[in-house]
Amino acid sequence: MSVNITTLDERTRVTSEADSALDTEEYFVNMGPQHPATHGVLRMVLKLDGETIKEVIPVLGYIHRSIEKICEHSTYRQIVHLTDRMDYLSSIMNNWAVSLTVEKAANIELTERIEYIRTIVAELERIHSHQVAWGVMGMDLGAFTPFLYGFRDRELVTDILEETIGARLTMNYIQPGGVMFDIHPNFVKKVKEYIAYFRPKLDEYEDLMSGNPIIQQRLRDVGTMDGETALSYGATGPVLRASRVPYDLRKIEPYGVYGKADFNVAIGTAGDCWDRYYVRIEEMRQSIRIIEQLIDNIPEGKFMVKKPAVKIKVPEGRYYGHVETARGVLGVFIVSQGKDIPYRMYFRTPNFHNLWCTTAIAPGGRIGDLVAITASLDLVIPDIDR
Amino acid sequence: MNILDLLSIPILNISSSGWETITIAQRAADALSGNSIELTIFFLILCILITVSMLAGLGMVLIYAERKIAGHFQCRLGPMRVGWHGTLQAFADVLKLLLKEDLVPARADKLLHLGAPFLSILATVLGLAIIPMSPSIQVIDVNIGVVYVTAITGLGVLGALIAGWSSNNKWSLLGAMRAGAQLISYELSATLGILVIVLFAGSLQLSEIIQSQAEGWWIWRAHIVGIIAFFIFLIASTAELNRTPFDLPEGESELTGGFHTEYSGLRFAFFFLSEFVNMFVASALVVTLFFGGWMPFHIGNWEAFNSIMDLIPPAIWFAGKSAFFIFLLMWFRWTFPRMRIDQLMRLEWKILLPIGFANIFLASLVILTKFHF
Repeated sequence: MSVNITTLDERTRVTSEADSALDTEEYFVNMGPQHPATHGVLRMVLKLDGETIKEVIPVLGYIHRSIEKICEHSTYRQIVHLTDRMDYLSSIMNNWAVSLTVEKAANIELTERIEYIRTIVAELERIHSHQVAWGVMGMDLGAFTPFLYGFRDRELVTDILEETIGARLTMNYIQPGGVMFDIHPNFVKKVKEYIAYFRPKLDEYEDLMSGNPIIQQRLRDVGTMDGETALSYGATGPVLRASRVPYDLRKIEPYGVYGKADFNVAIGTAGDCWDRYYVRIEEMRQSIRIIEQLIDNIPEGKFMVKKPAVKIKVPEGRYYGHVETARGVLGVFIVSQGKDIPYRMYFRTPNFHNLWCTTAIAPGGRIGDLVAITASLDLVIPDIDR
Repeated sequence: MNILDLLSIPILNISSSGWETITIAQRAADALSGNSIELTIFFLILCILITVSMLAGLGMVLIYAERKIAGHFQCRLGPMRVGWHGTLQAFADVLKLLLKEDLVPARADKLLHLGAPFLSILATVLGLAIIPMSPSIQVIDVNIGVVYVTAITGLGVLGALIAGWSSNNKWSLLGAMRAGAQLISYELSATLGILVIVLFAGSLQLSEIIQSQAEGWWIWRAHIVGIIAFFIFLIASTAELNRTPFDLPEGESELTGGFHTEYSGLRFAFFFLSEFVNMFVASALVVTLFFGGWMPFHIGNWEAFNSIMDLIPPAIWFAGKSAFFIFLLMWFRWTFPRMRIDQLMRLEWKILLPIGFANIFLASLVILTKFHF
């Protein structure tokens, strides 16, 4: 296999000159690093013909913090705190990915209580992540109100999590050998209250956005991606499932107590922006179902099996573990030399792979379509660069 | 002439019994022919005062209203800190904009870049001048009022186009091209909507269009045809105002700000102001054409009810009706998402325009057969 390496400079050179008055000339526009629709410092170089997109070239590196390098001299418990700076909307699930891999490698047995708490907290966070995705989708399509509705309900989730965890955004809770604190006495009651509150709100979401003819026009048959393309680009999560591939780690390789919960995997049929949007709405419903089944049955027991002072050592070897975060599969690869710090750490982050789908599905559409596509991929930029 | 004469001028005549329109320009001309120079100057200053104070006052009030309405639509309070319930927020914002640096991009076309906001605001001021706000509050009553309005809205496009072109920014240029395409397209539909009412009223003059509704508003009297024309005009004028769902020229999430991306400080405020006051002008036109302008609401032979309605001064009627339509436009903005450029063009050329033409044909049949109230 040969790989052609071209520089950005070569790719953004205008090759054709307009030779008659009727010819149109292609031009390049920088979308980002500062642009309202990229939600961060993502830069996409667009090759445009009028409003029609000919090519999308994502340019990365604007928020690279070398998390993987810092991991090489941090203990496994410290690494957990770095992971929630990657995809800040599924920070707890990122914690879980590292913890899961380390526990598997170091053969740490967990109590039932830990698994229950982890699953419930992760599902709560999945709901709050999809609420943001829903709101941001509205904002990117020009409707500002959904954004605030989404955030209104998300704040209540962060309130619940804050009581237990102490943080609202970069929550670090799950760590190798358990969770950092036991759940707050109010936790169970508040989660139940929240679910009772959020169920009707989800219908309100649908009233406000799903049925709107303009939303339908903007999302249906826009950025259609078949399952094959999605798989070949390494897309995961709602993006892959919207393309009719029922790949969900919670079902395929159940971790936590997902095996005990009864829930369905939402999949799309066409793989367009609408399906990606609606898969997330349906996943919120399924998350509510999971939480409802688990919340009453949290068993008694230890919330941490390893004392915080203990430095966890991972035996020599290579280990891989993955979880389903709100945006897809987060894989953790550890190369260990038997010490309490890894020799090399690699994160397979979902957004990095989902981002490249734009290069396949955006050309041919308008600028407005690209905005809809990036919103439907639900990109979190710090996760792309790490 | 003493000051008492000035006070006795029926400028604040709030009775709507005699619905005869006397514009302020007309009063100035009368005073001039009456050899009263002071009075002429007084009325001319009044003309300027009305338009300027409307421009500034409306801008402030509408920006405050928009922020409050948006706040309550979105489960929050809106401005609350400056003054009682944030009433002075608009003044604080204006002060901020006045103090901001007025930046011109290095490679921009300086003259055009500096001039574009003025073109935009000029169109707005010219539009404000002919709005009949009550029988006695109207600056000038052009005898081809409707044609004048259409021409003036065309002038507004120029401001957006020049702003986008002169900024030397690709996003601005895209916004300007969108603005040009959109505003010119939707002007056709808006004109077709107006023409139906012109057919019914038999006049192009705005005051006469209002007088023709003494028996009943055109939205009611012209029944189906009038309602279709109303919807066409409402959609088209929303599009001409660049407001959601048609805010593509600004398209914040797509074009970072569209044609006014490169504007700051007072020049940006001018674009902002003209957008908000244009919203008033459009609402006022909807009211004038379809909802009887400053005419009170009457129901057939209900004498008692009608005389109570007559007690409310026409200026209040006008303000109330236009406020309703301004609220409607704000409601649109905080509910709908934005359309895509090709969908926008399809809506105009394939849907609104054919309906508009069919409607105007139908309207002429209705008038010929006198099949209306």
